[in-house]
Amino acid sequence: MIKVTCRKLRKTFVQGETQIKGLDDVSLSIEKGEFVCLSGPSGSGKTTLLNALGGLHTPDEGTIEIDGDVISQMGASELADLRLRRIGFVFQSYNLIPVLSAQENVEFVMQIQGVDSQERDQRAKAILKEVGLEGMETRLPAELSGGQQQRVAVARALVSEPALILADEPTANLDSATAENLMQLLENLNRKHQVTLVLATHDTRIMGFARRQIRMQDGKIISDEISSGSQHALRGGDPLTASHQEQDF
Amino acid sequence: MNIELRLAWRNLWRHKKRTWITVAAMVFSNVLLVLMLSLQLGSYQMMIDNALGLFSGQIQIQHQDYLENPKFRDDIVHPQGLVNTLKQATDLETISSRGVTFALVSSASRSYGVQVVGVEPQSEPLVSTIPGLIIEGRYLQASSSKQNEDPVAEVVLGKVLARNLKVGLGDELTLLGSGRDGSFAAGVATVVGIFNSSLPALDRTMIQLPLDYFQHLFASENRASYVVLNTPTPLELTQLNATIAELLAQQRPDESLQVRDWDALQPGIRQAIQADLSSAAFMYGVLILLVAFSVMNTQLMSVLERTREFGTMMALGLKPWRLVKLIFLETTMMATLGMLLGAILGAMLTQYYHVVGFYYPGMEEMAAKFNLPERFYPDVTWFATFIGPIFVMIASIIAAIYPALKIRKLDPISAMRAV
Ligand SMILES: Nc1ncnc2c1ncn2[C@@H]1O[C@H](COP(=O)(O)OP(=O)(O)OP(=O)(O)O)[C@@H](O)[C@H]1O
Ligand SMILES: [Mg+2]
Repeated sequence: MIKVTCRKLRKTFVQGETQIKGLDDVSLSIEKGEFVCLSGPSGSGKTTLLNALGGLHTPDEGTIEIDGDVISQMGASELADLRLRRIGFVFQSYNLIPVLSAQENVEFVMQIQGVDSQERDQRAKAILKEVGLEGMETRLPAELSGGQQQRVAVARALVSEPALILADEPTANLDSATAENLMQLLENLNRKHQVTLVLATHDTRIMGFARRQIRMQDGKIISDEISSGSQHALRGGDPLTASHQEQDF
Repeated sequence: MNIELRLAWRNLWRHKKRTWITVAAMVFSNVLLVLMLSLQLGSYQMMIDNALGLFSGQIQIQHQDYLENPKFRDDIVHPQGLVNTLKQATDLETISSRGVTFALVSSASRSYGVQVVGVEPQSEPLVSTIPGLIIEGRYLQASSSKQNEDPVAEVVLGKVLARNLKVGLGDELTLLGSGRDGSFAAGVATVVGIFNSSLPALDRTMIQLPLDYFQHLFASENRASYVVLNTPTPLELTQLNATIAELLAQQRPDESLQVRDWDALQPGIRQAIQADLSSAAFMYGVLILLVAFSVMNTQLMSVLERTREFGTMMALGLKPWRLVKLIFLETTMMATLGMLLGAILGAMLTQYYHVVGFYYPGMEEMAAKFNLPERFYPDVTWFATFIGPIFVMIASIIAAIYPALKIRKLDPISAMRAV
């Protein structure tokens, strides 16, 4: 339930002699409750764009508005509050806190939000169950597989019911079945609660869940399409996963 | 549990070895600090006890001119009254009055000029250790309280003087001198005891006799040269001094009486203490600094290796000051652990020396100067047990400022990209 608009974003990384264009003149408007999928080759700027939308990167040029507020004009503390209260992040490399158990990681955001412990516990347990991690609440990240860690990271982003979810490759390490479950969970949130979803992925299996497809290359948006058909593109689509999908549906 | 507390606690035990090494550095220096300070304070206390306890006492109330120039006429009228008011005001029993003059003392074969001290046999043992240092015979006895009876003419004297005079127990000594009024004073007293103070100056030149006999002999009825007072806490006299000074001003405004504490009576002691303290303070400072650097190093490493997760937390919306708080919490936890363990072990070690005694190498010189035994027995005190560890704790927390400042410079994205 958040509207995001960016205009003429430019972000250049300087690495020694070379300049890398992370974002090159990106303009984009995402309506409340939209489900957007960012795709494109590695290094095309997906992560950079997500970070910019979440106020983690300050673009060199251009403006980002979240519900009318220009985030480049916000102070660090205001931005932190924005992220804490309204945005759920799923980072590409999970970034769980190693000394906290799966459940404590999920509770982390709620805890800094000041949610009381009983409610935290309830919500964390419920979401962990939904992502298929029931019984693993007390495990430390190091005791979880990559896919399990990824699901904890997703659970952490979802549990506080943010208005905007920015997910970077949330299914990269998941098998098809788990990936699909997760996507359904996200889709559910998007539909029922009008959560705005922006999701970066290489995974063709899950692109179809999104109604809007944005493709990037070299920091530019090269296509931006609203798909009219079924969201479940992967059903008919990818031959590699087709047999698996038959079992599920 | 509060999230910072939980994180801090877990992080400490994430690198058990490193945490323990840092804590061990604190504990080691704390133990050292506690023991050394206890020994120092103990040795000061002992210096004071011995040097002052032997005879001069910790506090004297005198006529204001008496310290510079001890004249018979600069004395205190009705000392018993003063002693009684002092006892009431200070709650101390260890108070006694003395008369002091000089006289010629003769045995059958020899004569010497000596210091004659009139003491109250009952309360003198409370302010001086000489009554306990009798090696032959006994100390003076309180005269019977019957009125109109002549005071008992008995005397104790130092070992060396007894040898010089060639007198033993039961022998008689003749005293010749002048009374307070300038009259001729003469008397004969029996030797009842010989003391050995180990301080040649006293053993060679002092005789003691009952104050009432002294007053009778030197025509100084109802007068004393000064009043001696001892307290169990000679290192903290300010309050007591003030109380007594006020009392004197109220009750005896016209007599020009003055409180003299041991600092005034024996100025060398404080100088020795101060010299010793300031040389030790330097060493303590270096020790504390070393611990502080060790803490800084640990926390710096700990911040650097957590850059990534700190970045994550900030990206999730945690404000940097809460991470700063986290660093200080961790440091405080470590420092508290170091303080408690250090204080406990230090106190235990001190208690051990309290029982078996401690020999201070290099103390012989001071020992001889101030009449100290070579072995001494430090006390476990709250002050010595906690002051060092508290300083270490404060220094450790200050040392965490630099690592904590590193956090304020973190930017979530580059922190999350760190390895
Ligand atoms: N902090 C940085 N410093 C230097 N270069 C950077 C930095 N962040 C991103 N880049 C560069 O910017 C470009 C875009 O990176 P980005 O991470 O957005 O790509 P991506 O689309 O997310 O790729 P992937 O699919 O591999 O995750 C890349 O060439 C990358 O090397
Ligand atoms: Mg990426």
